Amino acid sequence: MNAQRREHYLNVNYGVRSWLLTTDHKRIAWLYLVSVTFFFFVGGFFATLIRLELLTPQGDLVQAETYNKLFTMHGVTMVFFFLIPSIPAVLGNFLIPMMIGARDLAFPKLNLASWYIFIIGGLFTLAATAAGGVDTGWTFYTPYSSIYSNTHVALTVVGIFVTGFSSILTGLNFIVTIHKMRAPGLTWFRLPLFVWAHYATSIIFVLGTPVLAITLALVGLERIFGLGIFDPARGGDPVLFQHLFWFYSHPAVYIMILPSMGIVSELIACFSRKRIFGYAFVAFASLGIAIIGFLVWGHHMFVSGQSVHAGLVFSLLSFLVAIPSAIKVFNWTATLYKGSVSYDAPMLYSLGFIGVFTIGGLTGLFLATLGFDVHVTDTYFVVAHFHYIMVGGAVMGYLGGIHFWWPKMTGRLYPEILARLAALIVFLGFNLTFFPQFVLGFLGMPRRYHAYPPEFQVLNVMSSAGASILAVGYVLPLVYLIWSLRYGAVAGRNPWGARGLEWETDSPPPTHNFDTTPRVTESAYAYEKEPEEIYHFGATAHV
Amino acid sequence: MSDVITVRAHQFDDLEQQHEASWIGMWIFLATEVMFFGGMFTGYAFYRAAYPQAFAAASNRLDVWLGAINTAVLISSSFTMALAVHGAETGRRKALIRFLLLTIVLGAVFLGIKFFEYHSKFEEHLVPGHSFQFEGLLARPAEIFFSFYFAMTGMHALHMVIGIGLLAVMVVKARRGRFSTGYFTPVELTGLYWHFVDIVWIFLFPLLYLVGRHL
Repeated sequence: MNAQRREHYLNVNYGVRSWLLTTDHKRIAWLYLVSVTFFFFVGGFFATLIRLELLTPQGDLVQAETYNKLFTMHGVTMVFFFLIPSIPAVLGNFLIPMMIGARDLAFPKLNLASWYIFIIGGLFTLAATAAGGVDTGWTFYTPYSSIYSNTHVALTVVGIFVTGFSSILTGLNFIVTIHKMRAPGLTWFRLPLFVWAHYATSIIFVLGTPVLAITLALVGLERIFGLGIFDPARGGDPVLFQHLFWFYSHPAVYIMILPSMGIVSELIACFSRKRIFGYAFVAFASLGIAIIGFLVWGHHMFVSGQSVHAGLVFSLLSFLVAIPSAIKVFNWTATLYKGSVSYDAPMLYSLGFIGVFTIGGLTGLFLATLGFDVHVTDTYFVVAHFHYIMVGGAVMGYLGGIHFWWPKMTGRLYPEILARLAALIVFLGFNLTFFPQFVLGFLGMPRRYHAYPPEFQVLNVMSSAGASILAVGYVLPLVYLIWSLRYGAVAGRNPWGARGLEWETDSPPPTHNFDTTPRVTESAYAYEKEPEEIYHFGATAHV
Repeated sequence: MSDVITVRAHQFDDLEQQHEASWIGMWIFLATEVMFFGGMFTGYAFYRAAYPQAFAAASNRLDVWLGAINTAVLISSSFTMALAVHGAETGRRKALIRFLLLTIVLGAVFLGIKFFEYHSKFEEHLVPGHSFQFEGLLARPAEIFFSFYFAMTGMHALHMVIGIGLLAVMVVKARRGRFSTGYFTPVELTGLYWHFVDIVWIFLFPLLYLVGRHL
């Protein structure tokens, strides 16, 4: 009874104002959680229509133009309004200050501002959707986007431009926070790998997003004011647009996957009851992926008329980025070895992540191979590959993280059996949806068409059937997590027996996270020690 | 001491930590700005290599004297900005306010001259779009040059407007006595931003106004 009356960040005050004007990183994480969940189901709605259309070879549900809009709005919504902000803005926001023993991020007001910027950008994009949508594909290739498309390109581009600044401010906030706000004794090599992953992600946020912003701004200026930077009729080069676009948008894939890898590192260590194998390698692999990731964008343009020599270099560099990714996978599996492994729902998601990420990553190497890439360019092989990374990898990691830290965020446990079932459904549904697409692409089915030759139907029906199973796997957690807010068992501080600093405070945490500033004397994942030997809470209460 | 305590935000342990965090934050922000302008500089470099004669011919239609005067105005404004920060550092509030206002005036002069230039380009039909007119065979790539001219100087001018807004906020805060020798971080950071916008122009001026010129 006493525990329920304890003051924490959720019950410290009530009312809409206290949420919309909050500067508490934990409440802002909730604002983001609600917003990105909304966008996830909007993007999922478009995906549903796509899979319904592709049940039959002939175009019977929607017309070709409508189909173009469907896959564009699916991509735009999922990439810019769900995948990119999902883990950093929700879990990163909630956890980074707690993991490093801080009271908040370095710039709490900026943090709130970045949510409002996100929402304003989202409203622009939703307005474009409501007004009839966009049909350029999420890549906005010129000159189609700048001259020929009759749809709401400008409105959408403004939305993404605005939302970009939310990413920039979040990344800036994380970098400063991780540099300046760590608790005494928490050196760089004692940080949880989740924090390292977010540091690497933030570097991409900060250095990549501005380039996307100016590129889309130039497309917007071309459409609205008639500037001619990418217009071939005036001597402009559309391939330049592709270079600038992919300079951001390839690293953006690492924005989606790195935080997920951070989550998997936490979960594997916790549910194996072991220190992570090769900590420093995993940490530096995150930075390596972020840095090399900036040098591989040309592999999206092997058939765009880029020089053969550039193609060779980009191919080689794309192979290099597989090394740090493989280091992570090997180190996770080595961590499992002789660990005392338990299979709670978050762990099921992590193991699923390792499997599908390996397939997604290896098919990435196929695509980085010049000869093979020419064969499968713009086919479903590419669609399957990046969905293995972005849906299989990023979303599974996200769901694993949400389940793992749900007790910390809400103070309640989710129903474990149901959650394991959902994790299994997501894994099966995902693979049934996207594995047939590898085959379809290899057989030559091009992407972005609403109709296809009849011999591809069986594989497409499998894919659509998988998508409906996947949908069940996504709706299920939405239902039982909301249910658990009221009816879930009370979690206590540390239901998993984990060793992170965030578990050393109450669930839900007090507004200032810790009653006193902790002192850290041990590296992360010291599962062989008791928390009291790792974290020391002094008598000095802070303001 | 009381003013020192009130300026520390709750999430920081002490003023030094807060000051360092603000500095790192501002420098990271400036790095994002470098990448933002960098996209346009990359495009400019690409097209200038592709169409050197058109860029030279188009550049000759810009008024090099107005550009030079604006460069001088902007460098002077960086000087007055530095004096404003020095005024804050040494606790001379009147000097701080005076130099902030002077910086605002110089920034406004720059924008006034820029507006005059834009206006004359409009009258000469050098604004890209349907009304664009340029003699000779190089007309189409020349339109690309002017696309860059308006995009780059336009983005720069937008940053100037934001900078003037920030300076105005600093004037109001200084008048209310919000700064002391122990705390004037916002003035320093506004100064950093202002110098950055100045440096962007230092690159824009030769790249846009001095291409293939034979004075």
